[in-house]
Amino acid sequence: MSEKELKTPLVDELEEGPWPSFVKEIKSLDNPKAKDLLGVLERSYRDKVGHWKHGGLVGVMGYGGGVIGRYNDLPDEFPEVAAFHTLRVNHPAGWFYTSDVLRKLCDVWEEHGSGLTNMHGSTGDIIFLGCSTEELEPTFKKLTELGFDLGGSGSCLRTPSCCNGMARCEWACYDTMALTYDLTMEYQDELHRPPFPYKFKFKMAGCANDCVASIARADMSIIGTWKDEIRIDADAVKEYAEAGDLDILVDVVSRCPTKCMSWDGQELLIDDADCVKCMHCINAMPKALAPGKDRGATILVGSKAPIIGGALLSSVMVPFLKMEPPYEDLKELVDALWELWGEHGKNRERIGEFIQRIGLGNFLDQIGLDPTPEMIAQPRANPYIFYELDDEDEYEDDED
Amino acid sequence: MSEEVSVQEVADAMYQLVKETYGKKNLKPMDLTKAMFSQYGRDRCSKQTCKAAIRELIDNGRCIYSYIGGSYVTLPPES
Repeated sequence: MSEKELKTPLVDELEEGPWPSFVKEIKSLDNPKAKDLLGVLERSYRDKVGHWKHGGLVGVMGYGGGVIGRYNDLPDEFPEVAAFHTLRVNHPAGWFYTSDVLRKLCDVWEEHGSGLTNMHGSTGDIIFLGCSTEELEPTFKKLTELGFDLGGSGSCLRTPSCCNGMARCEWACYDTMALTYDLTMEYQDELHRPPFPYKFKFKMAGCANDCVASIARADMSIIGTWKDEIRIDADAVKEYAEAGDLDILVDVVSRCPTKCMSWDGQELLIDDADCVKCMHCINAMPKALAPGKDRGATILVGSKAPIIGGALLSSVMVPFLKMEPPYEDLKELVDALWELWGEHGKNRERIGEFIQRIGLGNFLDQIGLDPTPEMIAQPRANPYIFYELDDEDEYEDDED
Repeated sequence: MSEEVSVQEVADAMYQLVKETYGKKNLKPMDLTKAMFSQYGRDRCSKQTCKAAIRELIDNGRCIYSYIGGSYVTLPPES
């Protein structure tokens, strides 16, 4: 196909309009791989079926993750992309790069691959799209010389990722980037050698705004929060009120999910005992309100996108944990979760599905966590935990 | 207490199992680990030993990882 003039009328339509076009980007590569890639896509649009399959035996020596084998099912027609594997490259925490290192990464990829990248994949990694099987090891070698490593795939721990936390944001309740780096280093074996029934993702969010959407995507969501009172700058509250751009009663107080705020036109009061740290009031009045000073994170477990079963959101496991190196309590919890799910999880069963199957009560019992009132689906409703009387209690009740 | 089995012996036993089930059943690392627990008993064969044995098999090329929906340990194509 590469030799012939490739006609791609359906794909070409995606070049029209003022918006950026991936077709323009791919065409700008002007190489045989790019032409065949667009050819496969044109066929998919015409046939109304995807012509890609993934998986298989490809990888780099010693690793069970980081390379996703991709093959098209029309190799005779599109030989340049017969094998067009994806490489996941472990990104730095918070996705900070120098322009110099980006150039070097791109040089490696132009030399050994298609030159197409995806910044970044949904797991967070730098994605190199389109490597032949023969070029996998040379690419990996060049990446390691630059100080980069492959990320996770398959049933590995996936590359931990985070919001850029304290590096860029005043609301970060713990150092998300430090924790991401620490977990990446601690769990190198799990990242490269698949030990689990299925994938496991950590995502670190500095506050409940959850800019990395950890509550919807991570098997363990570590979301920054605080224990003490929201800090209020009364003068700044007054300035908001006088400026008139914000109706404090309508836009802030009435939208508080637990109705723990009041505003009499002069003074803003917050009943912190009822506050669920949702961040709404702080987002609405950032100059006047700020998270408290006793900070840490809530640990939630079990979310996933709906690939096999339905989508799940994470549930609270530990309401508050200080997030300070060496993160021993967190790692102890992680080890307990992996031990139980690793041994009893079914093939391709995410930890959230495992918890649903065996029940949260049994799960907590097995990992040695006591149930707490925060382990609920929604505030003040729908408890997961049903307290059961043990035999002795029942006997005492009977006696009464 | 019985003597702990060596990493090499566990690696050989795992390799044998992968060979016997090749083309019939896909084995995950945990399947291999559980098989070793049954074969040697948990008092003689720890999770750490199994982990080291799988690493040994992969690093010396006797086995490779495959991905078919999940990740499995299998024989290299030339086998």
